[in-house]
Amino acid sequence: MSDENTIIVCRCEDVTLGEIRKAIREGATTLDEVKRITRAGMGPCQGRTCRLLVAGEIARYHRKHVSEVLQSRYRPPVKPVKMGDFAALSEEGGNSQEEGGHRQATGGDGQCICGKAVTGK
Amino acid sequence: MKTTADAVVIGGGVVGAAIAYNLAKYGLKNIVLCEKDTFASGSTGRCGAGVREQWGAEGNIRMCKAAIDIFENLQEELEYDYDIEFVQKGYLMLAYIEKEWEQFNVNIKVQHKLGVNAVALTPQEAREIVPTLNTEGLYGATFNARDGHANPFHTTRAYLKAFERLGGEVCFFTEVTGIEKTNGRIQGVKTTKGDISAPVVVNAAGPWAAPVASMVGVDLPVYTERHQILVTEPVGRLFDPMLMSFSRGFYSQQTPHGSVVMGIGDPNEPKGYDIGHSWQFLRRMCDIMCSVVPALEGVRVVRQWSGLYTISPDAHPILGTVPGIDGYYHAVGFSGHGFMLAPIVGKVIAEMILDKELSIDISGLDLGRFERGDLRVEPSVV
Repeated sequence: MSDENTIIVCRCEDVTLGEIRKAIREGATTLDEVKRITRAGMGPCQGRTCRLLVAGEIARYHRKHVSEVLQSRYRPPVKPVKMGDFAALSEEGGNSQEEGGHRQATGGDGQCICGKAVTGK
Repeated sequence: MKTTADAVVIGGGVVGAAIAYNLAKYGLKNIVLCEKDTFASGSTGRCGAGVREQWGAEGNIRMCKAAIDIFENLQEELEYDYDIEFVQKGYLMLAYIEKEWEQFNVNIKVQHKLGVNAVALTPQEAREIVPTLNTEGLYGATFNARDGHANPFHTTRAYLKAFERLGGEVCFFTEVTGIEKTNGRIQGVKTTKGDISAPVVVNAAGPWAAPVASMVGVDLPVYTERHQILVTEPVGRLFDPMLMSFSRGFYSQQTPHGSVVMGIGDPNEPKGYDIGHSWQFLRRMCDIMCSVVPALEGVRVVRQWSGLYTISPDAHPILGTVPGIDGYYHAVGFSGHGFMLAPIVGKVIAEMILDKELSIDISGLDLGRFERGDLRVEPSVV
């Protein structure tokens, strides 16, 4: 059996299963608490990989169903976006000109962070 | 949960945690801390986490100086097995308009008088401290090497863990719904998990301080206001000190982890409890910080959130007792700098409750100052 201290649960922040279990043993009952203690889920993928694994560990320890484990909030941006791309939105069109000020800030998936399709760039 | 206690602390943010720990450290035995969510879930865990002596008002300078004295040894004092990540790489305060520069020069005189070793710098000298800094439009800067930042989650948790080791009880997901008082004496609290009778109740409820105070009929002159903030992916060292400007309204620090945290004030922000986030903030924040540190252009934002400032009329906290309510204490209205003040406030409130000699004079920070018209205005708040 693998050692829990060599199993990475949060790949973005290199948090091991052992660290997750330690936080839970020390009293963490929610995803937010584990996140605040270990940084699991705080990296660039925002917990997309580890969130369920951590919830599973909490549920197992407290003998609950995963659905009963308090989830943490999803926070924008959905994907990491370069600061320069956000800054570029400010240059023309100015404040509160969502339409006219719409430039090509890509989240890397062909969509602007405001949800509009991006052309060019 | 205990049903009787010597004191109940309301609030599991850094202020409540520091008060509870100090009460226990001074020897009070039965203390319960009630928190409606979990540790650092209100303002503490959402804050910029800076700690600075570079203030304009004497009260804030004195208190922060005393707080940094405590921060410097806090990891050891609390015997915490994680890292509270306290680092002292200074604050570099940037002046972009003449008025701001004049204010800094006034501030630095007050700071020197109180033993703070801040220095005034030319834009070129500022750039020696932060080589990635764009000095365009910069009038000058002040720098104080003793300022820094810490991890708000771990600082709070360190206090709570030490409090528990001293016999204190921490109750998360336990909301105080009422405070019992008869003949001007505190009798205890009602919570969602049952009642606790106690002669002392401490209001350290952060953004919920006013609703909690109203449970004993105290009207706090504070309001809450959303402040937005973001964090980037971790990158190599871009700058060491906290960067801050009042005229442009921003602050930014690079954590030991490498991620860059930054926030900006919005003069049009309405009062209230909204902690949603806007994409206009992202645009404005990134626009300003990419001009301050152009190397940030290629750094990715991974998360944005917001938290609440609980603002008092003079941007100083409201500390201590309220005449006519025996056993009620509060530490509220921190106006966006509760995290950095918590170590000294926690100590001095505990001393006040236990009738000990106070480590620092806070007599001018009582609620009564607003009626007396004895306000101490702080010019340097983001």
